Amino acid sequence: MSLEAEPKTGRTKKKDVARDPVRERVPLVGTLQQIQAECGYLPRERLEQLSRETGIPLADIYSVSTFFTQFSLKPKGKHVITVCTGTACHVRGAPVVIEVLKELLSVGVGDTTGDGQFTLQTMNCLGACALGPLVTIDGKYYGKMNRSRIMSVMEKYGVNGHAGKD
Amino acid sequence: MSTATLERIESIQALENLVESLRSRPRAGTVVSVCLGTGCTAGGAIEVYEAFKNAAEQLGMTDQVEIKGTGCHGFCEHGPLVVVLPEGIFYNGVTAEDAPEILEKTVKSGKLVERLLYGRKKEKIVHEHDLPFYKKQQRLALRLNGRIDPRSIEDYLREGGYLSLAKVLHEYTPERVIGEITRSGLRGRGGGGFPTGRKWHICRQEPGTPKYIICNGDEGDPGAFMDRSIMEANPHAVLEGMIIGAYAIGAQHGFMYVRAEYPLAVRTFQTAISQARDLGLLGEHILGSGLSFDITIERGAGAFVCGEETALIASIEGQRGSPRQKPPYPAQKGLWGRPTNINNVETWATVPLIIEKGPEWFSAIGTETSKGTKVFSLVGKVKNTGLVEVPMGMTLREVIFDIGGGLPKNREFKAVQTGGPSGGCLPAELLDLKVDFEALARAGSIMGSGGMIVMDDRTCMVDVARYFMSFLADESCGKCTPCREGLKQMLSILERICEGQGQERDLEKLQELCAAVRGGSLCGLGGTAPNPVLSTLKHFRHEYEEHIRDKRCRAGICKSLTSFRIDEDKCIACGRCMKACPVEAISGKDKQPEAIDQDKCIRCRACFDDCPVDAICVK
Repeated sequence: MSLEAEPKTGRTKKKDVARDPVRERVPLVGTLQQIQAECGYLPRERLEQLSRETGIPLADIYSVSTFFTQFSLKPKGKHVITVCTGTACHVRGAPVVIEVLKELLSVGVGDTTGDGQFTLQTMNCLGACALGPLVTIDGKYYGKMNRSRIMSVMEKYGVNGHAGKD
Repeated sequence: MSTATLERIESIQALENLVESLRSRPRAGTVVSVCLGTGCTAGGAIEVYEAFKNAAEQLGMTDQVEIKGTGCHGFCEHGPLVVVLPEGIFYNGVTAEDAPEILEKTVKSGKLVERLLYGRKKEKIVHEHDLPFYKKQQRLALRLNGRIDPRSIEDYLREGGYLSLAKVLHEYTPERVIGEITRSGLRGRGGGGFPTGRKWHICRQEPGTPKYIICNGDEGDPGAFMDRSIMEANPHAVLEGMIIGAYAIGAQHGFMYVRAEYPLAVRTFQTAISQARDLGLLGEHILGSGLSFDITIERGAGAFVCGEETALIASIEGQRGSPRQKPPYPAQKGLWGRPTNINNVETWATVPLIIEKGPEWFSAIGTETSKGTKVFSLVGKVKNTGLVEVPMGMTLREVIFDIGGGLPKNREFKAVQTGGPSGGCLPAELLDLKVDFEALARAGSIMGSGGMIVMDDRTCMVDVARYFMSFLADESCGKCTPCREGLKQMLSILERICEGQGQERDLEKLQELCAAVRGGSLCGLGGTAPNPVLSTLKHFRHEYEEHIRDKRCRAGICKSLTSFRIDEDKCIACGRCMKACPVEAISGKDKQPEAIDQDKCIRCRACFDDCPVDAICVK
């Protein structure tokens, strides 16, 4: 780590400012969040570049990147479908919604469809429990989901679950 | 609302003058408060807010009425919510089209829009404070939710905001502040319930400098959104609490750690912090005093364990969010090895109120050991989902049935889960339990951060235990063996039971694993992880035994153990089950179902949930 973790002196007077970890630190999580916001995921080249610029070993950057669920090392689909799996949504039937989506898209949780259209993921509580079971697609909320409702939502995105096309 | 008109305040007197002048400024007689909390926003509240703004302009009523976008009102189940103040007329389920009508009828001519009132046809309730949902609540931490615009520091100042800070800087020594907080009996609202005053005292006594304070807004418990609502509705109360804390503890810098899943809370704080800086409430020589303190926002990145203080600190330092051994406690060696004080959002937001009203006022509320109020997020199978703030010591029954309105479709109450994944499930026999830190712990659960998830007879308690184990095994950071391996083993046993492969000895094995994980884990995540299993084993052992011995899941949740049948005596031949079935497994003529083809049935519960008379039952 290039961070000077232990400032030696006592009070923060002006001469100590340069040794202040608050100012000197590289906010690694925040920087990774910026890269992910720009690219949609964390491309290896960007992480290598970050390592060169900051002096933080690439292994440490990967260690942080793989620890937090927010970060993805793979590109995501055009539409990101998030099913809330908080307790309130769980007892109200979120597992059924996940099952239907897995069937409709033929992917597992965390995966992206072959055509790159959809990524299916879950999140441990979005904090909008009154709407449970809750699904968000590209940040738009769809509340009180069940088998038939999620199917009609997905129809809007051109995914039809029934045999044959209408 | 912008703060462009406000100038930097250099003294306490100037702040008091500013509050006075804001209060005496002429205002519109009526305020239309539109809830822009996450729940209502998801239901279209932004459109409702815009519609009110446009309608007020078109009707030429901008002098008469102020349209205020506020934080969460709390009654999320019935959003979007609109309250007309000062009368407190409460409208629910409001759409953009309703806006002009409300302005013309209610604001202009004082008439009600009947169809938007709460309640059944003949029992409509007009005023917010008469709603059963709000009646029994005592709102302290949520006192300004729905009354102020979280993006406006003027609104907060008008309510006497930052006057507690002024009082402290003007009249109190840091020791006296700590004394007041100690005497109030305030305990940490994040889960542990450690006395706040003592925590501050320990950190103040530590010789190292600089010192740091952190606001823990990493609200990770699934089914809990109290902190989110405070952050989104009243950010300045949290900031004021932190600045008072910084003064008392002697901290130079603060961090606001907010969960990544809460982008609105992050934006709200960014605005609030820059407003506070512009006004001189953050930065060098706050209000002309010797106190210099600033706050940085730090976003979490989706790790439940980061709610644990040492993990949170590691994450701010730019490392993996793994906890470490305690002691030394963060108050001794925290961020960058310096004394660090961490409190939760609700705790910080309560501080200014205790300073304003005095510790005796606060400690008069609540029970012997747990003072004040607590905010709960009442969710799951309950009619009135929402945010509830009640005095400590209220019974679970009052919270769930009087405030929460009971269970939807009047189903039978089975359990309430409190305290998130570290908590437990409490059965109907404990409904008269008075909720405080000790009572919940004695019953095998914890207060936690305040999640309260209601479960009905169609919830399988073994599945609930499995759900929490899967959550915790997933969120375990992997650093210590008991938690990493123990939770995985517990999960695999629970999965086996849910799949109908459970063995007699499994319950014993679960108990053993619980003891090992509880005793051997490094941090609170592992230390409390067995609670969901232990509490369900204690109160719902018969369900485990049914799964193992009778190969039956009475709630119809565990697919391998469930088959549905039609109860002909109850069936009213409405045909809904046949329509709901996605695989055409229900045979019958017209709307009269005859039988469920067990080979075709995929146990999706669509018929079970849709039947209006409970004629579909579990075999």
